Formats: sequence, structure tokens, C-alpha cells
Amino acid sequence: MEKVKEKKRKHKMIIHELSGTIWDRENQVLIPLESLSSLKKQEKVFNSSLILVSALILLLVSGIFISLIVGAMPAIKASGISFFLSKTWDPVKGIYGSVPFVVGTLVTSFLALIISVPFSLGVSLYLGEYRPQGWFSSFLKSAIDLMAGIPSVIYGFWALYILVPIVRAVELQLGVPAYGVSILTASIVLAIMIIPYSASLAREVITMVPKNLKEAAYAMGATRFEMIKMVVLTYAKSGLVAAFLLSLGRALGETMAVTMVIGNSANLPTSLFDPSNTIASVIANEFTEAANKIYFSALIEMGLLLFVITALINYAGKAIMKKLSVDR
Amino acid sequence: MSISSCFQTDKSIGLIGAGSSFDYPLFSAMFSKYHEQNHVQINYQSIGSGGGILQLTNKTIDFGASDAPLNEEQTNDMQAAALHIPVCIGAAVISYRIEGVRDTLNFSPQVLANIYLGSIKNWDDPQIQNDNPNINLPHQMITVIHRSDGSGTSYIFTDFLSKVSEKWDKNVGTGTALNWPVGLGGKGNEGVAGLIKQSPGSIGYVELSYAIENKMAIGKVQNQSLQFIYPSINAISASAEMPLPPDAKASITNTISPTGYPISSFSWALIYKEQDYKNRTKEKAEELLQLLWWVVHDGQKFNVDLHYAPLSPQALKVTERILKSATYKGIKIL
Repeated sequence: MEKVKEKKRKHKMIIHELSGTIWDRENQVLIPLESLSSLKKQEKVFNSSLILVSALILLLVSGIFISLIVGAMPAIKASGISFFLSKTWDPVKGIYGSVPFVVGTLVTSFLALIISVPFSLGVSLYLGEYRPQGWFSSFLKSAIDLMAGIPSVIYGFWALYILVPIVRAVELQLGVPAYGVSILTASIVLAIMIIPYSASLAREVITMVPKNLKEAAYAMGATRFEMIKMVVLTYAKSGLVAAFLLSLGRALGETMAVTMVIGNSANLPTSLFDPSNTIASVIANEFTEAANKIYFSALIEMGLLLFVITALINYAGKAIMKKLSVDR
Repeated sequence: MSISSCFQTDKSIGLIGAGSSFDYPLFSAMFSKYHEQNHVQINYQSIGSGGGILQLTNKTIDFGASDAPLNEEQTNDMQAAALHIPVCIGAAVISYRIEGVRDTLNFSPQVLANIYLGSIKNWDDPQIQNDNPNINLPHQMITVIHRSDGSGTSYIFTDFLSKVSEKWDKNVGTGTALNWPVGLGGKGNEGVAGLIKQSPGSIGYVELSYAIENKMAIGKVQNQSLQFIYPSINAISASAEMPLPPDAKASITNTISPTGYPISSFSWALIYKEQDYKNRTKEKAEELLQLLWWVVHDGQKFNVDLHYAPLSPQALKVTERILKSATYKGIKIL
């Protein structure tokens, strides 16, 4: 019995200690548990650890950037500007041109974004505006979370066995070479993969639209659709762009699912039904067996290029967000 | 500790190897048996031939394994003589899927080269029909499939094509990753197999074991003696029944052996000829050589079950001589 009481008392003490004060029952006053200087010190330690962690992240990113440049140096010296202009990727003859892969990466990612926006916008409006609660909404929310958790190799296999035959059937109808694996197939898979990201981010943004603005629109006689068009979308514009940009970043770097359905052809594509390749996919494919120094380094230069492209797109996105932002 | 003390403890800290993923299933079976018998732990990392060569160059492993022999640049980088020790013979087999055709197709080297160059576009092309007079081939587009990842299988296949077609040699060449004139790339054997199964009218090449275990259609390929050869274990083994150079660094594709399958190749273990480097002990060098001696003799019985061809008698003779040439401080080890 005594022991239990002792335990309870201790437990209470701990709760009090957490808030930095203790309640003196007899005198009915709060007593600071620690001296003021030690509290200040605590603040300082916490503050500097935050700075340290943030600095580490910065250090990490710049470290990756620098090591990519160092690793890419032999290829930069060997192929120079032709790396960015040449359409040929021929490891046997030592010709390294990135054009087909850059085109493949940009086309698949932006096409995926275009395909995904109506779906993610629709889902996020439904969840954020029309029906934030209810069993269907919570079911939908967990389904989206689940989609984000599926490994990309599973999307790839699903696409290879389900989506590819469908695309092939369409291609046969259209009379184009029916490979089934193509830019279009890869873009559809990518779109499905990025929907959970853009949808849940967009939902967050939409729920943040102030209630009084919405009520004001209703008071002016707006219908629900008009209110969404004029208030929600206008107010959330910059946040929505940010959400879609983050998902674009994921599409740019996606490797496994893309490599399984894009056809891995280093020829420059001429239509959406052509097989193609992306930067991430060629690195994943060829890195393990790149036994030649320049070849190895050319693949690292590809990584550097993807790094720069992603950074540029993020920067452009930030600029757009600033322009669209209502507050400024 | 308590678990290992139940058994006889291992004699040494063991050996580390890295390289070819093609050899990995074979090595796993061999090394687990070897550990059981000789209590030497061998850790093999299946990181790809290129990676294995790189790690051997950096002297971080005891032996490498590669599906392609060292090229000039790699030999220079090593700065010390390396030995190529054949451990098994692998093959690239031609697989296809044509609706309505269940027969085993014949492929002459020229036809294969022309299909992969893109100059034969349809299955009813007279050149293919010529190799297969009794088979009615449909007028269907050929979907050409190759490996998209750098691989030893691509190396074997393109080494063969380079030997039989001047145009291929000039325009494409031999390598683990290439600039393919036509076709779709699949990642790994499973990627190629997936694309072959998926695409009507497709043709591709995969490792023998993969084709057999997945019950894929396998074609016969014509060798130099104008025989159409099915890639059986015996036919692949027979491909090494030809005069071999003393260093075994030989390409046996397009073999002159009349019963040999022409798209076969050795897979090699790579070690330094002089084993006294980077403070290695004599015991370790002996352990390594004993292991490799076992691999090319007793170990070969694992090959057939796992669909790798064992070394032919002629190849074994050359291999024994190579193993005996390894030294420690200039003195022969075996």
C-alpha cells in the first residue's frame, strides 16, 4: 500500500517538474523549481541545438552538391558542353549526351502533373470543403494515405501487367507501333503515385481558408460553386501551387516504377507513345556496371543535372507562389 | 558466442568476394557447402561485375567475379597482374513470344544481328522463314527487347553479334550497356522476361536459368558448323571445347566446337597473381586458393542443378594451370 502511494506522489512530482514550478500545498503558492539562470541556460541549449540541426541539413545538401560536382568532373572535362547538347548516349563509343533523358524526365513529370491535378484538386475540395467529416471521408483519407505508402516497385509491377496491355490496346486502335510501354504509360503511373501527396497537401491548404471569407461570399448570394471559385481557390492559390510543386519533385526523381514501364530507350522520343528514358532511370539501370571512369562520372553528372533541374523548378515554383500569394 | 560454441568454430575470419550477380546463386550454394565442410566463412556481395572489379582494384576484397574479362583500362588501374579463373559457363538464350507459334524457332547469326539492327522488322521476313522452312510465321511486327541495365548477359550477346556481323561491330559494338539501334529495355532478367511475356511478337535474350525456371520459349542458334543448337547444359559446356589461351581470358562466343552453343561465355573469379599485398597473411592466400581449387573441382557439381554449365575438361586443364601460377612473396601457393 505504502509503495503505491509513494509511486503516485512521485508521478505527480514529475508532472509539476515539467512545467518548471511546483505547487506548495501548505503556503498555497507556486515555487519555481529551478533558478532563473538555469532556465535561461536551458533556453540557450535548446536554441543552439535547433541551429545545429538546421545547419547540419544545409551542410548535407551542399555536401551532396559538392560531391556530385567532384564526381562529375572527369565527364565534364571529357565531354564538356556536348553532354547537354548531344542526343546520343553510347557507353561503348564513349559518347555521353543527356538530351533524350532530360526530355524524357521533363515530359513524363509534367504530363503526370497535368493528369493528376484534376483528381487531386477534386479530392481535396471534397475532403476540405464539401465533406470534412463522415465515414466516407475518413475512408477516403485513409485510402489516400495508403496510396502514399505503397512501394514504387509495386506500382511498377501493377502498371506492367495491367496498364501496359490497356495502353497497347489503345495504341493498336490508333495505329501507332503498339509497344504498350511508353511515355504515356509512365506518366499515368507517375500521376497515380503523386496524387496522394498533392491531394493531402491541397486539402490542408483548403481547410485553412478563413470561415468569415466564405460566409461573406454566401452573404453576397454566391452559390457553393461560385464561393469555391472566388474565395477558396483564390485564397489558396499559392498554397495549391506549392502542393503541386512538391508532388512534381517526387515525379522528377521517381525511378523504379518508371523504369519498368517507360521502355528504357535512349532514342529521342517523337510522340507520347514512344518508349523513352529518364535521368533517374538511366542512373539506376547503368550505375552498377559502369566500369569505365568517364562512364561512371557521366552518370554522376546526370545526377548533378537532375539536382539542378529540381532546384530550378523549386525556385520557379517559389517565384510563382510569391506572385500568387494574397497576403502580399 | 553461445550458438557458435555449439559447433566447431571457424578457422579464420573468412574471405570476402564481390561482383557478378549472375554468379550469385551458384556461389551461395557452393560457399554454404564449403563452409559446412571446411569451416571457412565466405561473404559474397552481389553488386555487379563492374563493382566487383572496382573493389578488387581498391584491394578491399579477396576476390572479384565478373562476366566480362578485364578491359585495358581496368587492367591498367589494377597496377598488378590479375588472374582470370573460370568458375562456370553461362549463356544468353533467345526467347520469344509469337501468337500461334509453339515450335522451337531456329535463328542464324545473321538473322539475329539483323533483327537487333532493326533491318528485319516482321516475323514473316524471308530471312527468318529461310531458317524455319516448316513453320508458318505470321505477318507481325517484331518487338525487340534488350536489357536496360548494364549486364554481363548483354556483354555475351553483343560479343557474339559483333563477331558475326561487321555492321553490328561497327555501329554498336560489344559492351554491358549499349546504344541499341531499336527496341525496348527491360531492367534485369525479370524485366526482359516481363516484356517478352507481355508483348505479342517479341524477342529477347535472358540467362538460361531464368528462361528454364519461367518456362519461356527458347530458340536454337546456329553455330559456326552450321548446326542449330539448343542451349542445353551440355551444349553450353561444349562451347569451351576449343583451343584456349593460357590465361583463359578468352571469348568463347561463336565457338568452333561443332556441338557448342554459340552464345556462351565463361564467368570468371578474379584474384591478384601475387597474393602478398596490403599486409595479407600467407594463411589467407592459401585459404583463397584452396577455395577456388575446390570451386573448379568439387564445387562444379552444383552447376548443373542451378542451370550453369560446368567447365569442360579442356577449360579445367587451363584453369588448374592458372591457379597454380598464383604466388605469395614469389613462391607458388598450390
